Amino acid sequence: MTTKRIDLTPIKNFFAEHPGLKRNNLIMILQKVQELYGYLPEEVIDFISEEIKVPKAKIYGVATFYSQFRLEPQGKYVINICNGTACHVKGAPSLVDEVEGILGIKSGQTTPDGLFTLETVNCIGACGLAPAVVINDKIYGKVTPEKIAELVNQLKAGEK
Amino acid sequence: MDYITINNKNVPITGEEKNLLEVIKKVGIEIPTFCYHSELSVYGACRMCLVEDDKGNLMTACSTKPRPGMKINTHSAKVIKIRKTIIELLLANYHQDCTTCGKSGHCKLQSLANSLGVDKIRFKPRKEYEELDRSSLAIVRNPNKCILCGDCVRMCSEVQGIGALGFVHRGPKVSVAPALEKNIADVECVNCGQCVAVCPTGAIIVNDNTQDVWEALNNPEKVVIAQIAPAVRVSIGEEFGVPEGENSLYKSVAALKLMGFDKVFDTAFTADLTVVEETYEFLERLEKGERLPQFTSCCPGWVTYAEKNCPDLLPNLSSCKSPQQMFGSLAKKYYAKELGITPDKLVVVSIMPCTAKKFEAKREEFKTNGEYDVDFVLTTVELARMIKEMGINFNELEPESLDMPFGFFTGAGVIFASSGGVAEAALRLAAEKITGTTFDAIDFYDVRGLKGIKEAAITIGETTVKVAVVSGLGNAQKIIEKVRKNEVQYDLIEVMACPGGCVGGGGQPVPNDMETRKKRAEAIYKIDATMPLKKSQDNPAIVEIYRKWLDQPNSEKAHHALHTNYIHRKRISGMEISDETTENIKKLEVSICVGTNCYLKGSYDLMQKLIALAEEKNMTELLEFKGTFCMENCAHGPSVKIGIDNHKYGVQKDEAEVFFNDVIIPKIKSLNKTTSV
Repeated sequence: MTTKRIDLTPIKNFFAEHPGLKRNNLIMILQKVQELYGYLPEEVIDFISEEIKVPKAKIYGVATFYSQFRLEPQGKYVINICNGTACHVKGAPSLVDEVEGILGIKSGQTTPDGLFTLETVNCIGACGLAPAVVINDKIYGKVTPEKIAELVNQLKAGEK
Repeated sequence: MDYITINNKNVPITGEEKNLLEVIKKVGIEIPTFCYHSELSVYGACRMCLVEDDKGNLMTACSTKPRPGMKINTHSAKVIKIRKTIIELLLANYHQDCTTCGKSGHCKLQSLANSLGVDKIRFKPRKEYEELDRSSLAIVRNPNKCILCGDCVRMCSEVQGIGALGFVHRGPKVSVAPALEKNIADVECVNCGQCVAVCPTGAIIVNDNTQDVWEALNNPEKVVIAQIAPAVRVSIGEEFGVPEGENSLYKSVAALKLMGFDKVFDTAFTADLTVVEETYEFLERLEKGERLPQFTSCCPGWVTYAEKNCPDLLPNLSSCKSPQQMFGSLAKKYYAKELGITPDKLVVVSIMPCTAKKFEAKREEFKTNGEYDVDFVLTTVELARMIKEMGINFNELEPESLDMPFGFFTGAGVIFASSGGVAEAALRLAAEKITGTTFDAIDFYDVRGLKGIKEAAITIGETTVKVAVVSGLGNAQKIIEKVRKNEVQYDLIEVMACPGGCVGGGGQPVPNDMETRKKRAEAIYKIDATMPLKKSQDNPAIVEIYRKWLDQPNSEKAHHALHTNYIHRKRISGMEISDETTENIKKLEVSICVGTNCYLKGSYDLMQKLIALAEEKNMTELLEFKGTFCMENCAHGPSVKIGIDNHKYGVQKDEAEVFFNDVIIPKIKSLNKTTSV
């Protein structure tokens, strides 16, 4: 992955379009940043800190408090393995093991080539399909280790 | 009159009391607290100040407003049990290496555990400990000793307006850390040490340099001299049970001599010198009407703050070095010669109330012949520790006098210790310079006291000088905003990073609250009042120094020895122009810091060598070299950043090839797994 420098234009435009943003808008601003950049890049945190006069440490505190915020860029494919009660009972941990083995990363990490991010979530509300896996916005039900291996390998092959 | 009942005793209340704690204090009962400081906002998290009312309700005394008719029991069986349990729980999570901890003896957790009789902990200790953050020259952060009271967080943001520390993560993972969990030296921290002043445990302590000083003292090749800052004399006694505010200067001299210091001098002497240089500079600006308001520059916390946050105001800072650095410069440039030794044989140790001075001493611009002008900085507490280590009975010492020539000082030099002192000292000289007459007594009461922002318009002859005196960086911020918006017109602004000035520095003994600071400041003005000479210009040793070494104030020689310049240290990320080229080959970005410090340490040559190596190895396609400006780890430069976030420090130009082979090539390989390199 080319180390891309962060372009501040989108967030600058956002602030220009919404004058008067203050410290009490912080969470909303962070959500917007994540929408624009996919995560919260340090450069953007710097920028926000200056704009709304909130220390960086405080912004970082808010960003780490809520699990919805990410501080690392996500991969092209985000694999979410549901580990809610039903999926857990139906073997979600073995799916996590399988993907971790194939990609060589742990849950919560992104592959060095920037292709895959692996995450677990607590219930996506598809217990009838347990164990369920979401890759980007597509949901797969009754997934077995073999099936997930096939899915991941297909995506990998498609990138070559 | 309204009353509330505390432990069966009726206590009148006025309605002015902030909280129950204040009322309880009136009865003479001290309720333990961790997270409560009268200068900070009420947090109510530590629960140590729980009290019980007559209905059996528990409430935190720090966050409860007294209401008439309340019946409070401060030490009921229930309350005592809870307090003990809280201590027990805190200790269970705590790295209990108390005997070897720098805070031992001054730790609130330790003393409360003792006084509450916590004699065993039913919970198992932690198995793993986190690494200490030793990145800063001023402070050491030990996350294993943090009880999450948040005092440092609130001090840094509420009082100092910086916010270098914050709470991160959630639930059991909560910790106190700088933004992005970086090292404290890599963020906005200005080393003021006010976090140390409020930390109740050993979670933030001063970076200890006592060992370095012992080594120097035990080295027969070295001549070791000390300078004692004005604020130390009124606080060091507190470490030995001397009442706050007693002048312990001459006992300290005796102690230092016993420890093996060859000469002991006074920083108040170079404070006098600072007054002369700074006032001449000020009067010149005033006459020309340029670069006003002039900001003082003796506080290193403030100088770093200005460099990081106010690049537009750097020309307004006085170019004078601080008294500490003026002393170091004179010692290494002139005094060593007088002793007939080379500067590297002379070791200058400063005793300071301040943690930021440790950082200041290691600035690259403060060197003579490649040697730091000031070798080591000890805080008041560190000196007290060394005195205790020596087994010296401080209270029994016979006072000894300071050495000459840097031991002669006036009252103007001493009041530097307190907020308003520098401004007053300057005015004492300015008044005489402007009017051309000599005054016997010149006291400027308007600039004294512990108020965070003080203003005075002083008419001298036909000139009116408008002065502002601020202490606490949060207050400095307020004044700066006004100056920027042209809402106020000042000629001279004195800024001290710590509330109350140096008497409240981060290196002072605890308790270091406003009450204690007030007593120390009073003692400083008492010393000034009893001084035979009160104006820097009357100091015969200063006159002699100019005659012998420096010609006259603001001369070329004086500028060389006593003045400095400032660098914009603000890191502006995202300012780089984005590169749109997309290639299959993944380029590794290697950023080399060419900020002043790294440049002086040869970073530019290092970059040239690395580029040459890349060409030699046919790898220019795979690498992108960039010169960047200041990675803010100047002390450990030259700094190099590989990729997005992999920092390497202290990369010497002679090691360029090893660095290229061992660090850069593997990184390129991992980035381009398929590319054969």
